[in-house]
Amino acid sequence: MEPILKGRNLTKRYGKVVALDNCDFDLYPGEILAVIGDNGAGKSTLIKALSGAVVPDSGTVELEGRAVRFSSPNDARHAGIETVYQTLAVSPALSIADNMFMGREIRKPGLRGSLLRQLDKPAMEKAAREKLTDLGLMTIQNINQAVETLSGGQRQGVAVARAAAFGSKVIILDEPTAALGVKESRKVLELILDVRSRGIPIILISHNMPHVFEVADRIHIHRLGQRLCVVDPKDYTMSDAVAFMTGAKEPPNEAMVA
Amino acid sequence: MSDKADNYEAALQGASQDVAHFEVQDKSLLMRFQSALHKTPSLVPLIVLVCAIMIFAGWLGPRFLPQMTLVFQQIQVVGILALAQTLVILTAGIDLSVGAIAVFCSVIMGKFTFDYGLPPAVAVCCGIVAGAAIGGVSGWLVTRIKIPPFIATLGVWQIVLAANYIYSRNETIRARTIREEAPLLQWLGLKPNEQFVTWIENLRGITYERIRPNDTGQFMLDIIWQTKITYGVLTLIALTVLLAYMLRSTAWGRHVYAVGDDPDAAELAGVNVKRTLMSVYMLAGAIAAVAGWSLIGRFASVSPSASTGLEGNIESITAVVIGGISLFGGRGSIWGAFFGALIVGVFMLGLGMAGVNPQWTFMLIGTLIILAVGIDQWIRKVAA
Repeated sequence: MEPILKGRNLTKRYGKVVALDNCDFDLYPGEILAVIGDNGAGKSTLIKALSGAVVPDSGTVELEGRAVRFSSPNDARHAGIETVYQTLAVSPALSIADNMFMGREIRKPGLRGSLLRQLDKPAMEKAAREKLTDLGLMTIQNINQAVETLSGGQRQGVAVARAAAFGSKVIILDEPTAALGVKESRKVLELILDVRSRGIPIILISHNMPHVFEVADRIHIHRLGQRLCVVDPKDYTMSDAVAFMTGAKEPPNEAMVA
Repeated sequence: MSDKADNYEAALQGASQDVAHFEVQDKSLLMRFQSALHKTPSLVPLIVLVCAIMIFAGWLGPRFLPQMTLVFQQIQVVGILALAQTLVILTAGIDLSVGAIAVFCSVIMGKFTFDYGLPPAVAVCCGIVAGAAIGGVSGWLVTRIKIPPFIATLGVWQIVLAANYIYSRNETIRARTIREEAPLLQWLGLKPNEQFVTWIENLRGITYERIRPNDTGQFMLDIIWQTKITYGVLTLIALTVLLAYMLRSTAWGRHVYAVGDDPDAAELAGVNVKRTLMSVYMLAGAIAAVAGWSLIGRFASVSPSASTGLEGNIESITAVVIGGISLFGGRGSIWGAFFGALIVGVFMLGLGMAGVNPQWTFMLIGTLIILAVGIDQWIRKVAA
């Protein structure tokens, strides 16, 4: 099977720091791939290189076998790759609906949309409300309330709902449960499985080993800017994974090429 | 994996299925007020404006209210500048050059008409394009060279003002010359109400030897005659309505707020931050040029040494800040700037009519600025 998203020899330097060092990456259709690694291993840079937020110094990215070169998150988004960033990338002073449709607003039909460029606010509000209800993450009294009036978990819910609503090829989740309570985390994990059942592959970056081992089909272990190995969570324990990513234990040879 | 570690989520089965509720039931009056201000940031300047008008009307008696139309005329330049300033401040920037752009563009409009013989309409368009171009330079410095807006526009201000003096050789184009040869340049100073009354009276065959007296026994016509609204004031109001629509109901407007709120988040969420900033600075430059046209209307002449070139920059910022628009970007409404300019105008005129030392006006305005920013900080603490 061909990977849907493939990275080869990705390198990114920030000054003297090598964040990505000839890193390879493979995501197969319909799978949940977890990416784990120590702080500073370069996970975030890898994700940003795949989502267009960072342009790698060298290396190639292929989406469905075609070479792509994203110079902005919008490029990746147009190609069908949606990302939930650790920082959430929401504008606090704007409403939930505004945030969900940021950069791809719906305009009114007819002249009011094309000539006056008027936004179709009722349509956007309705869609936003539906997406959030589908998620079951929260009840929002008012879809027009500013995001800054939401709790941290609710904000994360908005960001996740935005990605799930628009991602058509790949969804990347960077620490999606970091700010969530036990119950809300469960909802997000269910959402991840639900998205996979719709056939959309997911890249999950997380430090939460139980979550990773529960939902991931494969685990990409990142170390020192490179892909150390890829393991199957059924064959290894959490302690093994932690040992690999911290360098306490050498990864098995067969996993090195997987 | 031990069962202990595995099963902590099983406890969820007995958990309440309620999702988080954040509606506070018993809000105190103050909290409700705070939250209303949070939703409608232009409410504060509107309240201040209404209070100021009521206080002056009570203090100065019936002679004050009829002068409100004069306030509008007096802010027809700085009000438009404040609109331009609002756009930039909403993106968490600042444009110190709007006043200088206005004066320079008014000079361009005059010179292009009288020195190069262009039709006045074309010259006005050239002036507006020049304003957009100067705004574009600021935008380019801010987005590409990454110079902080304060510094970039501080430089542009000096450069534009100097260019203005060099290009014009500090020569004024006199009001009479403009009136006789290119009345369009003064159009924003004309009063449609007077034109209307004159037109009606001409139809009826009424003419006056010199100026029409205020009291002719024709009640409706007298009222309209004394309204003293200029096309410049109407332009200010029309621009405010147009910008309010653009900011509230178009994607561009939402992007302006998002960029001012958090540019990194906006970029990641799919907003072209550089293009948005560029469009804002260019539009602000073009609007400043319209203020320059309004300046010709207000003073009837083209004067390179108009005080707007120096004071207009700061006065526009004053109006915006009093209008409750956050200097930190992303918050506030264009109506706030409109009300802010009116507040300054009401204070200037009211205290002027009361005959107090003009320094009191500046002291009051200074206090208002500090109060406005203080209130902004208080509103930003709001939770729902």
